[in-house]
Amino acid sequence: MSRIADVVMKPRAGKLLVPFFTAGFPDMKTTVALVKAAADAGADMVELGMPFSDPLADGPEIQHSSKAALDNGTDLRAILKAVEQLQREVDLPLILMGYYNPLLTYGETRFLKRAASVGVDGFIIPDLPVEEAAGFKTAVESNRMSAVFLVAPTSSPDRVRLIDKYSTDFIYAVTVTGVTGAGRTFGTDTDRYMRRLKKQLTKPFVAGFGVSSAESARRLTRYADGVVIGSALVKIIRNAANRRSCLKHVSRFLAEVRGAL
Amino acid sequence: MRSKKPVQPDKRGRFGDYGGRYVPETVMYALDQLTRCYRHIKHDAAFKAKFKELLSSYVGRPTPLYYAERLTAHLNGPRIHFKREDLTHTGAHKINNTVGQILLARHMGKKRIIAETGAGQHGLATATVCARFGLECVIYMGAVDIERQAPNVDKMQLLGARVVPVESGSRTLKDATSEALRDWVTNVRSTFYIIGSVVGPHPYPMIVRDFQTVIGRETKQQCRRVLGRLPHAVIACIGGGSNAIGIWEPFLKEHKVKLIGVEAAGYGLSSGRHAATLKRGRPGVLHGSYSYLIYDSDGQIVLPHSVSAGLDYPGVGPQHSHLKDSGRVVYQAVTDKQAIAAFKLTSRLEGIIPALESAHAIAWLVKNAGEFKKNHQVVICLSGRGDKDMGILADWGRIAP
Repeated sequence: MSRIADVVMKPRAGKLLVPFFTAGFPDMKTTVALVKAAADAGADMVELGMPFSDPLADGPEIQHSSKAALDNGTDLRAILKAVEQLQREVDLPLILMGYYNPLLTYGETRFLKRAASVGVDGFIIPDLPVEEAAGFKTAVESNRMSAVFLVAPTSSPDRVRLIDKYSTDFIYAVTVTGVTGAGRTFGTDTDRYMRRLKKQLTKPFVAGFGVSSAESARRLTRYADGVVIGSALVKIIRNAANRRSCLKHVSRFLAEVRGAL
Repeated sequence: MRSKKPVQPDKRGRFGDYGGRYVPETVMYALDQLTRCYRHIKHDAAFKAKFKELLSSYVGRPTPLYYAERLTAHLNGPRIHFKREDLTHTGAHKINNTVGQILLARHMGKKRIIAETGAGQHGLATATVCARFGLECVIYMGAVDIERQAPNVDKMQLLGARVVPVESGSRTLKDATSEALRDWVTNVRSTFYIIGSVVGPHPYPMIVRDFQTVIGRETKQQCRRVLGRLPHAVIACIGGGSNAIGIWEPFLKEHKVKLIGVEAAGYGLSSGRHAATLKRGRPGVLHGSYSYLIYDSDGQIVLPHSVSAGLDYPGVGPQHSHLKDSGRVVYQAVTDKQAIAAFKLTSRLEGIIPALESAHAIAWLVKNAGEFKKNHQVVICLSGRGDKDMGILADWGRIAP
């Protein structure tokens, strides 16, 4: 059984806590430290964002962090190197999330092989819907990694089934129609949608986009098997005065959410 | 034996290898819905009649095919004809497409319209049809473009549209498109996204092409009637490529007609500062489709450059990528300087101020008139008028020669 399957099937504290960090923001050294801090704070796995020049599914926070990461020279090679280091130091599944063009440019087959060899556990590509992903899914799985697809509030029951089938171990449920960004409040609409997913999906699912408090995380996990927290963390990191306070605030926030799940 | 011509695009929205749907899951249902609706409405007699009626009484079609006598004499090359899309309502071919898409939006019951714009011509054409049909209109436009195409911004606002300046990235068409897509992902249930060129996820490249094909159908008829034959060549400028596909579509199977697409070489093809996607790019994924694209060795999109805001885009429509690979169309490029010179030349010789975009097509012929015989007939798609570009011209120095 893969590490992801292992974690997803039996999370240690009931629900999955999945932090997202933009790799290389504010710099790769801090990213590595953040992943370790997240592991200590009780994260079940971590998503690392591969920055792209035109992140069209992302709101201002992740747009900004992506640009900053690119400006300091973060590329796929640097990210793989960081993953390699992290895999020696923490026991935590790492998922890479990013747009398709950089992968395509590196060479899809070559990149996936290399990613698997340094210990990447899975992939989320927000601009690669299932229709375009047959080859990608096969390549990811043949390298013994996990392909994670997104489901949205607008996905029809047929599409939900297809996404369920395509995803190797679990599904990423986008909470609301929109781009990434913290500070949403989730109402009864979201409850209804989460309940529908619980019924229609056969695999576990985590909810993400706009999750910014322990309270919203708790509400979503009434039905979802976990939450992804991204923009809220990126914002804490952006506002931190230095690396130490950045790590401190991120750890505190994650511990608080962990406590609520 | 009758050869079975493959339908373009195929069911997956592919022109050969190019096209597809590389978009967030949230909007996939809207693309399915749009595809179904368009398939149905395309053959609907009432829709076709309404579209035709609007093209005639509102847009001012058919547009003339004009013999550019003094330019012909000046170049001492082929006989040059302009397809006068500059004479349409709002002054560019973009209105053909927005009239079609607004009818689609109404049919689908959408109350809010969004669009991206570069030169402002598509934004203007969208704001215009929104005013005509009383729909809310939001236009995303790069901050750089807002500055260099100011007259169009005023017009859009006069027509009741909200123009949102886009400050991210290169602050031009690329970022305006990303921002429009983000809006669509957020408001997809209420909102219809009127894409302005033959780009984006399937079915947009097909729909925009179909609505623009009226240019080519008229041109073909006019050539037969006025010249008594098909032209030797049809030349058009390429940004995303909608005026080019529109005028070429009826000629694609006429293999004797040379089709020449002219991209923006900016400061020069080897300067690294151009928008010549097909000449210098490689296949990649941006804004919903797989097509030629300008990006660096890490797959990051490179900021394009063209003096013409409408061509200042790092991508191109997927059908163009296919036409390039198949060899049916020859793609060329001219520099900012050559385009400006052609802009001035056409103004002085013909009393027609062409859009800087269209001036690229003219500039290629100015440079290459010698490739044709004097009795050859060449059509240039004059995709729009150049009033909007007066400010840019002033930046380039003396307006008088």
